[in-house]
Amino acid sequence: MIWRRKDLLGLEELSKDEISLLLDQAEAFKEVSLRPIKKVPALRGRTVALCFLEPSTRTRASFELAAKRLSADLLSFQGSSSSIAKGESVLDTARNIEAMRVDVLVLRHSTSGAAAQVARGVKCSVVNAGDGSHEHPTQGLVDLYTIKEKKGRIEGLNVLIVGDILHSRVARSDLWGLTKMGAKVTLCGPPTLVPPAMEGLGAKISYRLEEALPQADVVIALRLQLERQQEKYIPSFREYTRAYGLDRAKLERAKPELIVMHPGPVNRGVELSPEVADGPQSVILDQVTNGIAVRMAALYLVAGAHQDSPEVISRSEATRDLTAENEISHPPGAGSK
Amino acid sequence: MTNCVLIQGGRVVDPSQGLDEVTDLLVDGGKITKIGKNLKPNGAQVLSAKGKVVSPGFMDLHVHLRTPGQEHKETVLTGSRAAVRGGFTTICTMANTDPVVDSANVIEFLKAENAKAGLINLLPYGAVTMGLKGEDLTEMGELRAAGAAGFSDDGMPVESAGMMRRALEYSRMTGLPVISHCEEKTLSGHGVVHEGLTAARLGLAGIPSEAETVMVARDLLLAEATGGRLHLAHLSTACGVELVRAAKKRGVRVTAEVTPHHLALSEEALSTYDSRFKMNPPLRTQKDLEALREGLKDGTIDAVATDHAPHSAAEKEAGLAQAPFGVVGLETAVSVLLTELVHRGIIPLGTLIEALTCRPAKVLGVNRGTLAVGAPADVTVLDLEAEWAVETAGFASKSANTPFTGWRLKGKVTDVLAGGREIYRSGQFTNGGT
Repeated sequence: MIWRRKDLLGLEELSKDEISLLLDQAEAFKEVSLRPIKKVPALRGRTVALCFLEPSTRTRASFELAAKRLSADLLSFQGSSSSIAKGESVLDTARNIEAMRVDVLVLRHSTSGAAAQVARGVKCSVVNAGDGSHEHPTQGLVDLYTIKEKKGRIEGLNVLIVGDILHSRVARSDLWGLTKMGAKVTLCGPPTLVPPAMEGLGAKISYRLEEALPQADVVIALRLQLERQQEKYIPSFREYTRAYGLDRAKLERAKPELIVMHPGPVNRGVELSPEVADGPQSVILDQVTNGIAVRMAALYLVAGAHQDSPEVISRSEATRDLTAENEISHPPGAGSK
Repeated sequence: MTNCVLIQGGRVVDPSQGLDEVTDLLVDGGKITKIGKNLKPNGAQVLSAKGKVVSPGFMDLHVHLRTPGQEHKETVLTGSRAAVRGGFTTICTMANTDPVVDSANVIEFLKAENAKAGLINLLPYGAVTMGLKGEDLTEMGELRAAGAAGFSDDGMPVESAGMMRRALEYSRMTGLPVISHCEEKTLSGHGVVHEGLTAARLGLAGIPSEAETVMVARDLLLAEATGGRLHLAHLSTACGVELVRAAKKRGVRVTAEVTPHHLALSEEALSTYDSRFKMNPPLRTQKDLEALREGLKDGTIDAVATDHAPHSAAEKEAGLAQAPFGVVGLETAVSVLLTELVHRGIIPLGTLIEALTCRPAKVLGVNRGTLAVGAPADVTVLDLEAEWAVETAGFASKSANTPFTGWRLKGKVTDVLAGGREIYRSGQFTNGGT
């Protein structure tokens, strides 16, 4: 299995084998972050641009560290100004960045479909770091990786995703990734925030957490955006928390080996009570750690660096230890794309 | 300048007279003067239609010419030329221009522009309410006297049920229909595509079917109560068709139209976030598409209308969420429907021509869409077998926002006479047409 895609836009379009390849590659990179010198030469000489046109702390930091640990040169754009945040200019912005000979463009945008639109318009690789309510593929991969790490498998598990499914790009990427890898997915939340059409995408739907929770091996709680109450999707946070917030009392009815995940940032006391967020079943911080390895894998594969040494996924080259080297003398990804 | 033309040897399909046979047609003085086999030219210019279909010129009940106010998208001239290329000899223009068509002088302006363009028949609609604001009725009597063919706030629904009731009542003094853009705004919200599987997949805000059907039901009940003439624009839902069917059975004075894109495309077309497939109402499901086809076939839906809605490339390129709603339709309508519906045996040719000619004429009560002796000589000649690929570079419209780019179509307009003048011959505009 060799990665042949220019871009990573979503998990919907990926095959099971492609997802496995990304997870295996992440596995190979995870160990790098445990070394004293957390750097490999895999993307030396390549340039990665982070173009975050919507606020983000965690995902941007994760991509930044991933690029740096691969020895890529890094360029960072933030679109706080409204002009750049508009759809009109996103393709122009991307083309300008590409004109600086960037190899990989990592894009976060508030509009569903923005990454696909940009990917069609540029020759460089595009990694979708979240587009509107559509997909957030690297977060989906982080969740898959973390589940596999903690549970030893993905196939056959019951995964419960709780919260604002309607607006969640994480829920969509998780749903595609999990179902492709053989897990059974239940989506749970207030009926106003769980589109019935999602059943057509292979998920089960539940409006009652207490009924869905006992079967779950994994629960992924989603962040509830503050605006949902103003938009009249829910009457109050109080009622949301009572019905869909995970607390110790609700977890008593769950399997003891249940793991609790959250893509962050957590609204403590809303979707997760503090004792659950910080409790023994929580793997939220493992997700954050794994995020770097997963994003290293995504950048490495779309940059095409692996094509210089095919068949190697490749502990020997891509993760070559630099601890003993002062100079990076033999970058494995030095050939052209 | 009119002349004498003999259209020879074509298959004349005129549903207004129940005619479908190979015969000749003589046009003189701007009117149809004779139909019959083996007519002698006697000095008339001969147009051979052998192997082709001769139809009454088409009529489009729903066109946005963007003039006055947005001439960068379309003008009366470019829109008329687009119409001719699509076989339309009568187009009805919506009132959502800037200024809005809510006074007689805007209608006079449009008539003057059309006289300058000098190609086809233009029937302007007046607005239902001043400035399309839904607050005060327009002077419908004066608008009618100036030439309004009907009343519509299209682009905007008449939100208040009370105002719609008044409009349906008051318009009875004119005998003209109120054309309703059925959209309950609190249900459509910020939606950009049909609320269904595709919206859920793509993470896009949806427009539920009920945004249309709630309003269809309301307007049907109000038309029934007031006796007003109601015409429903761009039906898009199976339930909407069913509501109209039941209302017609009860004797409600209602007519309805459907667009070529809602007959040919469904929501899956949006999978690539391409804004060329973004219009309002949105593309719905396969089930809706089939119900619309059935409604057209059984006469529940009276007319095919394009909802020709030109937008500039820059606006449409903005991305699916930001791009404006609307697609152009005049230049592809009949070819798309021949390809998708007639050649595939889904509806008969006669039904399609009926929905493009005498049925829309009847909606507005105008003497068009017929080849009856004495009627204005609006004639469209079609080559049913001609194959062509849709390329926007060849469009006469100023805008290229068609969902059918790259489609291979079978069936093409070859010749058009409007008011007895040959303005389009063998796929080219004549001198009289420029």
